[in-house]
Amino acid sequence: MKPKIELRDVHKSFGPKHVLRGVDLSVQKSESMVIIGGSGTGKSITIKSVLGLIKPDKGEVWVDDIRADKARGKQRDILLNKFGMLFQGGALFDSLKVWENVAFRMRRRMSAGDARDVAIEKLRRVGLGPENADLFPAELSGGMQKRVGLARAIADDPEIIFFDEPTTGLDPIMSDVINDLIREVVVEMGATALTITHDMTSVRKIADKVAMLHNGVIQWTGPVDDLDTCGDPYIDQFIHGRAEGPIEALR
Amino acid sequence: MAVLSALHGFVAGIGASVLSLFRATGALVLFAAQAILHIFTPPYYGREILRQMLRIGYFSLPVVGLTALFTGAVLALQIYIGGSRFNAEGVVASIVAIGIVRELGPVLGGLMVAGRVSASIAAELGTMRVTEQIDALTTLSTNPFKYLVAPRILAGVLTMPILVAVADTIGIMGGFLVGVNRLNFNASTYIANTVDFLQAGDIISGLIKASVFGFIITLLGCYHGYNSGRGAQGVGTATTNAVVSASVLILAANYILTEVFFST
Ligand SMILES: Nc1ncnc2c1ncn2[C@@H]1O[C@H](COP(=O)(O)OP(=O)(O)O)[C@@H](O)[C@H]1O
Ligand SMILES: [Mg+2]
Repeated sequence: MKPKIELRDVHKSFGPKHVLRGVDLSVQKSESMVIIGGSGTGKSITIKSVLGLIKPDKGEVWVDDIRADKARGKQRDILLNKFGMLFQGGALFDSLKVWENVAFRMRRRMSAGDARDVAIEKLRRVGLGPENADLFPAELSGGMQKRVGLARAIADDPEIIFFDEPTTGLDPIMSDVINDLIREVVVEMGATALTITHDMTSVRKIADKVAMLHNGVIQWTGPVDDLDTCGDPYIDQFIHGRAEGPIEALR
Repeated sequence: MAVLSALHGFVAGIGASVLSLFRATGALVLFAAQAILHIFTPPYYGREILRQMLRIGYFSLPVVGLTALFTGAVLALQIYIGGSRFNAEGVVASIVAIGIVRELGPVLGGLMVAGRVSASIAAELGTMRVTEQIDALTTLSTNPFKYLVAPRILAGVLTMPILVAVADTIGIMGGFLVGVNRLNFNASTYIANTVDFLQAGDIISGLIKASVFGFIITLLGCYHGYNSGRGAQGVGTATTNAVVSASVLILAANYILTEVFFST
């Protein structure tokens, strides 16, 4: 089957730093793929290259039949309309109210009243009451901001959703709530999901498939059920969090 | 040998800075061209434009008004001293008006607003850059140039002349207050002298300057903020660079504009 998202031999450097050294990855439609890997290995850069937020130095990125890394104008609009994205830091617009953040994409084709109603419905979906709608993001706790970011990412029922470290910095209970939400969204909406995390609990909860990024390439990829039995030394070291192994820990 | 290599290092250093100056200029020109293109093509974000006009114009009024008031007052005193050496104290009213309207209103107003607005735009957009809000805009199918840059620059171009017109009036009033209360001019004569000798060209040239300065202030704020480096330090550097480069460019543009108005 033709993948929904496909990266072929993607390279990206920042100055002398060769971050991506030939990433190959494909995600099927309605599949939940999770990318794991250490901090600074280029996970965020990988998904930003799919969104066209950074231009790869080499390689191809395909989303359906669109060459995502080359798309411009109308094609890029079509492409971006397929996506919802939860940023690592939330990236909520701090000059806008919570509901305006959530309804941001719909605001252009809806009246303020309708957009607000949709936003309140999406907030409810992520467990936030309507009393939060008129607050500003800075007035919310970290966990609530994450949920607003999630509501914004799913607000316009995107075909593809990216979650960049959705549970980092949250307490275990809130992490579990977010994991459930992500799984729910993927199953209910039938969306294709690509999640970045280094939280193994998240991985087991939301992944259909797992890919491990290390040294600028995908070291291993396979179904989540194979994680414990695959025998890959990188995976083994990562999931057990050992300092010794093929992945060199910087001290 | 040591001298030669030091010399080589020195020359290479100059070459590198010249190259980077050219590169920065080119990037700024491209940025400006892109911004102007987006100002004139839909969609337009009317609410954003109004918000920025309020921020640039209305909230700058106190600082620009006070600057103008004291400048007009000082100008009246200085021109009186200068004029008395030629027995020409009578010119105070008209020279204060011409000086304020043609030069000091727009330039000092521009520099004050550069300090206030360039800095806050650079800090705002820089923070949005480092917290990925600018990336988020893109993924929400909103062009950051249209939503962030174009409204700010348009607001600067439209608002600065209004702000400077108000500042001119306040500045002339500062001169009037000193002239009448301190230098014992007759109030109605002072006003008559102000009005009679001021020409439309004085006012218009000053307001055109104001508009250009509004462009420079908002452009440099946006440019440095949008291209901010990473982290809090990146935002700090962007803010400083915005104020410094906007101020220098205002003074340079002022000379060029004055030459143009001088010869027409
Ligand atoms: N805009 C940038 N300029 C320079 N270096 C960058 C930039 N963005 C990311 N990097 C570097 O690329 C590497 C990978 O970044 P990232 O994809 O954010 O890592 P992570 O896997 O933790 O998400 C990091 O070492 C980071 O310092
Ligand atoms: Mg990251």
